Amino acid sequence: MVAVNGISFSVQRGEVFGLLGPNGAGKSTTMRMIQSVSPRTSGTLAVFGLDPELEPEVIKQRLGVVPQESNLDPDFTCSGNLLTYARYFDIPPGEAQKKVDELLAFVSLTEKRDMAIDKLSGGMKRRLILARALINNPDLLILDEPTIGLDPQARHLIWERLRLLQAQGNTIVLTTHYLDEAARLCDRLVIMDNGVFLVEGKPADLVRDHVGSEIVEMDNTPEVIACVTDLGLTYETIGDQVQVASGAPRELAKILLERCRQSRVSTRPATLEDVFLKLTGRNLRE
Amino acid sequence: MQSVFSMPRVSRRAWKVWRRNLDVFFKTWKVNFFPPFIEALLYLSAIGLGIGTYVGAIDGIPYITYIAPAILAISVMNSAFFECTYGSYVRMYYQKSFDAIIATPLSIEDVIAGKLLWGATRSVISVSIMLPVLVAFGVISLPLSLLAIPLAFVAGLMFAGIAMCFTSVTPSIDTLNYPSFLFITPMMLFSGTFFPLTVLPVIFQYVAMAVFPLTHLVALMRMVTLPAISGMAVVSILWILAVTAIVCVISINLMRRRLIV
Repeated sequence: MVAVNGISFSVQRGEVFGLLGPNGAGKSTTMRMIQSVSPRTSGTLAVFGLDPELEPEVIKQRLGVVPQESNLDPDFTCSGNLLTYARYFDIPPGEAQKKVDELLAFVSLTEKRDMAIDKLSGGMKRRLILARALINNPDLLILDEPTIGLDPQARHLIWERLRLLQAQGNTIVLTTHYLDEAARLCDRLVIMDNGVFLVEGKPADLVRDHVGSEIVEMDNTPEVIACVTDLGLTYETIGDQVQVASGAPRELAKILLERCRQSRVSTRPATLEDVFLKLTGRNLRE
Repeated sequence: MQSVFSMPRVSRRAWKVWRRNLDVFFKTWKVNFFPPFIEALLYLSAIGLGIGTYVGAIDGIPYITYIAPAILAISVMNSAFFECTYGSYVRMYYQKSFDAIIATPLSIEDVIAGKLLWGATRSVISVSIMLPVLVAFGVISLPLSLLAIPLAFVAGLMFAGIAMCFTSVTPSIDTLNYPSFLFITPMMLFSGTFFPLTVLPVIFQYVAMAVFPLTHLVALMRMVTLPAISGMAVVSILWILAVTAIVCVISINLMRRRLIV
């Protein structure tokens, strides 16, 4: 089976780069190839200018990885997890201890330092994994759905920390299913599906180029459809809604309110989610 | 695709995985220390003294002295085998620990090699805890019996490798019960442990020598604890070394095949 096919991208130093796509699009495979874990059948890949198949240990020494699933070591406490991890990177014990204190403070877990992993909430685990990924001062941070399953408070805390890292000039590659998250964090992103890239660009540019600046929404009734068809508008029906993209939403809404009387009319800014659904379709993925 | 017999690229970083397990072992030393101690005590009392009362002696050796080396050998086998089957499977599949470690400069080969070394170390620890009990019962000779410790390491590595081969192909944790009951248990009973192989049909003696690693370990253990070293030691040592090398290489390659996609 082909997981990714003919993809090509480069990430600049200090950039936050997003890989978006439905389940099975090939995001994780791409990430695993960058991490020097999965081999590729053909093509070239350079991480820090090195080939992951030839010098995986040199590359991995400079990477920080936040995996999708929690894989903290349940046999150790919070600080124990970080200290054990530091040893894998050959960080001397004294330096590691200092780094651990610093990172626990960074992710607001200083008070939980001696707590067992199974006593942590989902958000705390995620934060600890982020701290663990930073133990070796990575030149590239790889985040696979960093805020998956978190409550809004925990998500905001992670975002805040990630933006801090971004401001410090860290290079980050991330995948996410939360498009608001991608729009917030990414300098540049690609949307991929079935192993190929569909589009690449800055979040705002992608929204403007592929959807428009605003979306006008109405009820999905035969009268409304007849009305927008009469007006010669391009529309899309989604469930109980009819959506029309527009650069001049207020004027359009006014016309629609006058002409299509039976419907509620509302406008909202177009989002990355509109781009995503437009490009990858609305069919459920396995 | 690489052959299962190709030499895996293992680096010295494997010891970091070993060290992680050692740290956990010492953290929970109370629960780890007592089982081998109690096991030795139970076997010696129930089988050695209890059954031994009826058996008397085998080949002129008091029964309790006859089974003492078997207790060591079985413990070498069980420690390494269960560490590298159920223990490794839980870490690999449920805790995703291997994934976490290979995101660092360690390779999957390093991780598996570290696990094998740790399995062997578990065997060494078990034997080291049992030896004083056996000495207290006066059923093993000193200082030659101390050779049981290096022997435990090599044979432990062999059983760890065998275990890791099963772990690399098992579809689920439940199917690990098959090697436990169809391989480990028969081996524990029919490897010259509690009675000499010579009472079995000749054909079965050959089978035990050919396919039961424990047969060779029990024979060697008995040679050092009685002590009664014979030329057969060379055969058994070579047999164990060869099998150890083969299963360790195969298990690392199979695990790589399972985990790297």
